[in-house]
Amino acid sequence: MTQKASLRTPRARVGFLGSAKSGTHHAWMMRLTAFALLPLTIAFVLVVLSLVGRDFQSARILLGSPLAGILLLLFVGVGAYHMTLGMQVIIEDYVHSERTKHLALMANICFGLLIGAALVYSVLRLSFT
Amino acid sequence: MVEFALPKNSVVGLGKTWPKPANAKRLTEFRIYRWNPDDNRNPSIDTYYVDRDDCGPMVLDALLFIKNKIDPTLTLRRSCREGICGSCAMNIDGENTLACTKAIDDVKAPVKINPLPHMPVVKDLVPDLTVFYAQHASIEPWLKTETPAPEKEWLQSPDDRSKLDGLYECILCACCSTSCPSYWWNGERYLGPSALLQAYRWLIDSRDEATGERLDYLEDPFRLYRCHTIMNCARACPKGLNPAKAIAEIKNMMIDRQA
Repeated sequence: MTQKASLRTPRARVGFLGSAKSGTHHAWMMRLTAFALLPLTIAFVLVVLSLVGRDFQSARILLGSPLAGILLLLFVGVGAYHMTLGMQVIIEDYVHSERTKHLALMANICFGLLIGAALVYSVLRLSFT
Repeated sequence: MVEFALPKNSVVGLGKTWPKPANAKRLTEFRIYRWNPDDNRNPSIDTYYVDRDDCGPMVLDALLFIKNKIDPTLTLRRSCREGICGSCAMNIDGENTLACTKAIDDVKAPVKINPLPHMPVVKDLVPDLTVFYAQHASIEPWLKTETPAPEKEWLQSPDDRSKLDGLYECILCACCSTSCPSYWWNGERYLGPSALLQAYRWLIDSRDEATGERLDYLEDPFRLYRCHTIMNCARACPKGLNPAKAIAEIKNMMIDRQA
């Protein structure tokens, strides 16, 4: 806890800037994506296991099939979203300088989007080439 | 960023070893955090020996033995000596608990005693709890109604009354909040397990009519959602309550009112 001398009353400090009127959506999406990732991760592992011993061409055909392709797209999309939400919580927990925190939160969203886009692009490219 | 080390003026040094009580047969060693705001010195750990044949069974008895018979400058809060006032909350052998309900024999000697973690220290074992109390006040811990008050009293069924069990017993000792890492890192913006347990106590009270406003106040990434279910609160509570469960119930109420 900060020990900076402040003439504001404790009650004012605790009140801070008032309720942000958000937080439930984040928590709900966190829980939802966590549950979704349970079956999706199993599906992902099964897909990867079934690739063992295949050459590139037959691997491409398997990954390009609608079922495997859609499962992979969901896995990487939901995974990237879940990762971004989780990292946001860690940043909010540990980064206390407002400016650094805002920069870190922006960087986190950009990183999540970049990773998500790259993964989706990879799956689509396998499916449609 | 996170401070991984203590600030220079908070590094704890080795303090004084006080003489053993004369003619004592059974001695227990106590190592106690000392800090005096007036002498400009860093905190230190003093060593005391308590005559167990001249002292009650609890850690608080030993502290009062030290204060009365060895070192009157040792500063601590205490009042009821039976686990109902919450004044003597401190960190004993690494766990936040009440000195009055912790038996000396349940702790491996030497008994290490520190103030509640991560709070500003007023002196020795006395932490500054003003922010903690302000957080409790902020959840408005009283019955709020719009319906005109009945002539006699607000009625509550036995079933509804039983929903307050495990909540109303909280004595605001701050053992839970000061054991919570999330509270350590965001102790002003996160309300902490104690205040949230009390918030739930009023949210679930069948007589209260301000449930929506109470939830509005808590709808915040910091006030409520810094709880990551670490469960230190439930482990620390000397009254055996479970603030983590109360917080989970608040989170469920938040979802219930949206879906």
